[in-house]
Amino acid sequence: MPESRTIQLVDLACTVNGRNVALRIEPRETLADVLRERLGLTGTKVSCDAQVCGACTVLLDGQPVSSCTLLAVEASGRAVRTVEGLARDGSLTPLQEAFIEHAAFQCGFCTSGMLMAATALLEEQRHLSREDVVHALEGNVCRCTGYVPIVDAVLAAAEAGQ
Amino acid sequence: MSPRAAVERPAEASLRTVQAPDEPRSPLAGAIVGRSVPRRDALAKLTGRARYVADLDLPGAWHGVIVRATEPHARLLGIDLDPAFDWSQVVVLTANDVPGDNVVQFAVDDQPVLAIDEIRHVGEPVALIAAPDLPTAEAARDRVRLRTEPLPPVLDPLASDVAFARYEIAKGDLEAGFAAADLVIEGTYTVGRQEQLYLETQGMLAVPREDGGVTVHGSLQCPYYVHAAMRRALALDDARLSVIQSETGGGFGGKEEFPSGLAIQAALLAIKSGHPVRMIFGRHEDLVATTKRHPAVLRHRWGVTRDGRLVAQDIDVVMDGGAYATLSGVVLSRGTIHAGGPYACPNVRIRTRAVMTHTPPSGAFRGFGAPQTEFAAEMQANRAAEALGLSPAELRRRWAYGIGDVTATGQVLRESVAARSVLERAVEASGFEEARAATAQARARRAADDRAVGDGGRADHPRGRDEAEREHPAHGIGVAMAWHGAGFTGSGEEHLASVVRVEVTADGRIVLATDSTEIGQGARTVLAQLVAEELGVGFELVEVAETDTSIVPNSGPTVASRTTMVVGGLLVTAARRLRAEVEERTERPFAASYAEDAHANGPTRIVERFAGYPGVEWDDATHLGDAYPAYGWAAAVAEVDVDLDTGEVAVRRIVSVDDVGRTVNPLLATGQIEGGTLQGVGYATIEEARVEGGRLLNDRLATYIVPTALDAPRIDAILVEEPFAGAPHRAKGLGEIPMDVPAAAVVAAIHDATGAWIHDLPASPERILGALQSKEHEVSERTAADPEATEEAVR
Ligand code: FES
Ligand code: FES
Repeated sequence: MPESRTIQLVDLACTVNGRNVALRIEPRETLADVLRERLGLTGTKVSCDAQVCGACTVLLDGQPVSSCTLLAVEASGRAVRTVEGLARDGSLTPLQEAFIEHAAFQCGFCTSGMLMAATALLEEQRHLSREDVVHALEGNVCRCTGYVPIVDAVLAAAEAGQ
Repeated sequence: MSPRAAVERPAEASLRTVQAPDEPRSPLAGAIVGRSVPRRDALAKLTGRARYVADLDLPGAWHGVIVRATEPHARLLGIDLDPAFDWSQVVVLTANDVPGDNVVQFAVDDQPVLAIDEIRHVGEPVALIAAPDLPTAEAARDRVRLRTEPLPPVLDPLASDVAFARYEIAKGDLEAGFAAADLVIEGTYTVGRQEQLYLETQGMLAVPREDGGVTVHGSLQCPYYVHAAMRRALALDDARLSVIQSETGGGFGGKEEFPSGLAIQAALLAIKSGHPVRMIFGRHEDLVATTKRHPAVLRHRWGVTRDGRLVAQDIDVVMDGGAYATLSGVVLSRGTIHAGGPYACPNVRIRTRAVMTHTPPSGAFRGFGAPQTEFAAEMQANRAAEALGLSPAELRRRWAYGIGDVTATGQVLRESVAARSVLERAVEASGFEEARAATAQARARRAADDRAVGDGGRADHPRGRDEAEREHPAHGIGVAMAWHGAGFTGSGEEHLASVVRVEVTADGRIVLATDSTEIGQGARTVLAQLVAEELGVGFELVEVAETDTSIVPNSGPTVASRTTMVVGGLLVTAARRLRAEVEERTERPFAASYAEDAHANGPTRIVERFAGYPGVEWDDATHLGDAYPAYGWAAAVAEVDVDLDTGEVAVRRIVSVDDVGRTVNPLLATGQIEGGTLQGVGYATIEEARVEGGRLLNDRLATYIVPTALDAPRIDAILVEEPFAGAPHRAKGLGEIPMDVPAAAVVAAIHDATGAWIHDLPASPERILGALQSKEHEVSERTAADPEATEEAVR
């Protein structure tokens, strides 16, 4: 019964985009909840809320995770990165630049998740084939672009980064 | 309050221009039009700053939820609130609390904001609840009981005797046409429900105002549809009502009519509670409650002569409109007009109806009736080619519309007909005939192998064939065409009488104002390009006013492939007038003088109203005449691999050639083709919202499957420009036609690979395996090269 629940709060300490964060949260809060509602980082989107579409992808210690189903407490002591942390001092990453050049977004709702999944891939691997990119983005749904420009943009960013 | 600035600023100057200097330019390109300038919304969307409705932060906002019906058809006897629950902490509303008409306004006033005494579909809204937090609102919803008495539902569209709309158009003498035919190609085709699956679910935020009015922020395509519906149901005047589009995460038609009801519901709760109210659907609710593409049953009989002429088309279409009319009448009208395909035929009868069933309402989805009816037409064309022993490309060369041809509604096609040029480009770019020859050889080889296996020739390796095929799935190639009328059908644009505004403000800024929404397609970028070009100023100098009904005029809905053509055309005319007026005063070029002129003489404001396209005549009563001012044309070639053991299809490549009249932004236009193509591939192969007993079965994203990057084929998007002189900028629409064309091309490719025709979308593995089994008895008997063997090609 929500109207009479007494909730045991727990501590969450982690870094988000390089900054230390210390919060008291409900154990059932997802990482997406904490990012969006407590920290105001609404760049992370929720679409399926069921770990299917990848819109909510953020990086946890460099690995892409679905923040819609990951409990925020799982991030304790770890480094979280979101789309807001990509551009530094107003300058876009080569990946973001490539997204513009290839028109790799339309409505933009999948874009944050795509950027984060692709960032993880680019940081892990320098030489990428089209298949590598397709496999890395398999869990990220885009309904607007047909994926072609997204894959092209990631490949272009891989090249630019070399 | 406004969470966004009143005017969207141009993207920062640091953005690079996309077009490389050596990019091949169209002869129609100008300084800005025809160039791939970067999108206006790039920085906001790439840095996470773009604010969608769920991102708007209003302290103290309450959460609204909807109590929905769980039965397909029932009498609503009462709504009971559990006395054990503390109702003082929430607001509850029912139909009795709607201050104006309890109607969500569309063409037909049949859909209530909240059900009053009859429930007509599962998921129908019956009551509304708002609470300070979502768990409380949801707990309250669980304590509401609907007292109902079940009524028998109508679930089969063919058994429904209630029609929302019917059309019959006829041309020539059908009987004489069939009498002249040597062959009759007959087929019944079905297409399933398709979900738009915009990534951002439906959402509204309603904010009550001091003056008793309300402002809604929402994810929507058509601000003035929402505005008009709210005015009526809430009994508010325009002064106390604003509709503001927040950044919108995709629409595809799914946010054309649906947001009107949700906006009213959120506004009701906001006014009653005195708090801002957020209503953001979860994906499950979005799937269950929102409209889908109309499923349809399409029956065709075409008469053709042995020498390959099309002499008769008799077409029957039944679309399932679901429980309420929504836009079924207009969807059906577009489907009707496009039903024969882009082919000249002297004798035509098209009879269509959209019927009521007790299923969730069908509604707008990219293509708007045309993907359904054009799929069937293309199936017929491909089967006719097979029966005649002609290449499907050659058949289309002969049949496709050209200048001077007359459509089924009696429209003489006077200009801008690109049917043959898109076809030739697609055939050439895909190497269609060469690939087709290779697949025919492979088919013959497989047939020989089958015979060998049948004779026991490979009995020692019974698994040999399976293994070989797993490694080498059957490859096939297929072609299809489409046409798509740009803008509203018939007199629709005249009734809309769209208005746009272009102005130089007192402080010397250039602002264009329309209610055309940016839903991902790039409208704000393209419209600013058109205005900048006409004014002779830099693209970055043209600002686009926020889509807020208290700021922008009603330039009609963002639908029907009309934004670039109709609204863009009005803006071009307005910009020309603005330029002339300023230049007359300053006697200097606009670009060099407008700012000074504004400071000296104040603002200059041009309002342009739609006044019809020259020579376009339409009769609403007979549904005859010039159905559209212009048509776009498309051809697609699909290549697939089919696993003959599992029936699984991998679409490898689509070449889609689309005529847009004149390209405003090549990169964005290409994006429309790529995105529409993949939605078409999904429609063809995997997507179907399955409704049984009036209930959606696959009501999660895990079960309603859409194509992922792994499923996506290589897409070669090719733009063709056949200018439309009736528009001041010669551009036609593009948003929908890429969706019309792929499905039939994919199914033709499956046939080319397997020899089996799939009549029903999606062409699922089960259907393919089923067709392969029955093909042994039916289709393979008929020799395509010998039409005399088949008097009638029957289903
Ligand atoms: S919102 Fe998390 S995976 Fe879809
Ligand atoms: S850009 Fe709209 S979902 Fe990917």
